[in-house]
Amino acid sequence: MSLLETSGLTAFYGDFQALYGIDLRIEEGETVAVIGANGAGKSTLLRTVTGLLRAPAERIRFAGAPIGSLAPSRIARLGIALVPEGRRLFPSLSVEENLQLGGQCGRPGPWTLERVYRLFPPLAGRRRRPSTALSGGEQQMVAIGRALMANPRLLLCDEISLGLAPIVIRDIYAALPGIRAEGTTVLIVEQDTNRALAVADRVYCLQEGRVTLEGIPAELSRERIRLAYFGV
Amino acid sequence: MAWANIVLQGALLGGLYALFAAGLSLMFGVMRLVNIAHGDLIVLSAYCALMVVQATGLHPLLSLAVVVPLMFGLGYALQRGLLNFTLGGDILPPLLVTFGLSVIIQNALLEGFSADSRRLQAGALETASLTLGDQIAIGWLPAIVFLAAIAVIALLELLLYRTPLGRAFRATSDDADTAQLYGVEIRHVFALATAVALAVVSVAGVLLAIRTNFDPSIGPARLLYAFEAVIIGGLGSLWGTLAGGVVLGVAQSVGAAIDPGWEILAGHIAFLLVLVVRPRGLFPKLAD
Repeated sequence: MSLLETSGLTAFYGDFQALYGIDLRIEEGETVAVIGANGAGKSTLLRTVTGLLRAPAERIRFAGAPIGSLAPSRIARLGIALVPEGRRLFPSLSVEENLQLGGQCGRPGPWTLERVYRLFPPLAGRRRRPSTALSGGEQQMVAIGRALMANPRLLLCDEISLGLAPIVIRDIYAALPGIRAEGTTVLIVEQDTNRALAVADRVYCLQEGRVTLEGIPAELSRERIRLAYFGV
Repeated sequence: MAWANIVLQGALLGGLYALFAAGLSLMFGVMRLVNIAHGDLIVLSAYCALMVVQATGLHPLLSLAVVVPLMFGLGYALQRGLLNFTLGGDILPPLLVTFGLSVIIQNALLEGFSADSRRLQAGALETASLTLGDQIAIGWLPAIVFLAAIAVIALLELLLYRTPLGRAFRATSDDADTAQLYGVEIRHVFALATAVALAVVSVAGVLLAIRTNFDPSIGPARLLYAFEAVIIGGLGSLWGTLAGGVVLGVAQSVGAAIDPGWEILAGHIAFLLVLVVRPRGLFPKLAD
């Protein structure tokens, strides 16, 4: 049984269809990357998995149970946490309160405030600061820490490298092994293909709402990926 | 010295206005819901207290022990069963629905209690006062009202900034969609916000009923004072709301001293002056 499985998943914004039958599966403990250009449907895929966009119940199964029609807060409590694109920290909350809010759903597990501060040391000294007073990279650390505080079985990362300097991106990605070591399954959505391929066990490429390529990074040629990414 | 007394009495009256305003401010802050029925809910809780006092013979202040939980429960049910369905995107549905609610509450009270003026009798407390010098005396009742306003606002601040529920209130206020992603059940959080707001409303209603006469039609004017206190103080700041209430109370009291017919008008003029000089209020906190 896969941890997450979508079958023939479609998604609509009003009359506009954004996903055309996505079949995707993630096994427990895997790190899977979803790559694709702007507008390929990557963020829409995450919106449906987290429940912000409703789908027919059976189209999305998490640990065997249909979750497509559940409310986002229910899905969160089942153990799916999202690091949203653009971070979306709560500006009225301090760094520590942002992290505590992530833990509000009360799932037990290895992640505590102390563990998150150990994973991202720069945050420890800034715990009382408003989250908006931090640099972009530190804000991304808070966003990841907030999701980890929910002790998710599946961590979804939406464009965590977006708008950050390469050296900062390296620091952020350096945290991944520590997260995977806790047994957390990770789904990474990226436009930065090289970064995604370097850390993923398997990769899916989306184009205009369809899966155009699926495979193990080492077995895929640059040419095939380029073709799947941009189309002809 | 006479003027010092007038300003002091006005400031104490401002405590009552701050109590009117705190619940309104909380509901707007957490879910951007402008509750037009707010004033009528104040009057409704005054009538609840009247019924409790008539049925049990309790002192009006002790009736709070019944009225506060009652209004808390009513607030939760009202939000969960009705107002939640009006929220989302458009600002108009909550305005229309709470306006309708205001009309319904007023007419139901009129039907049940007639248009007669009522009052809660608080015995010796009504006239007891503390004399400070030859021209100034502080009534125990206005002092209690003012202290109650400070206590309520301090408790709300504690709730908002020191508890997990307050954290959820603020996170939901910032970004409800994202809050849901971390297990925050926003319909429940909204219902709790309204429940807390109506608990505050009930304190305001009971103190109002002890301080002055009330009848089913006075709700909308209380709503107006509440609005003015919130705007003068600045959106999102509870202590600012207390300051706003004091500004309003002092203006009314000074206006009344000049000419009794100017009482209400002076309050509105002070409100407009603040809007002209500081459009975002004295202590603005919310960005939008």
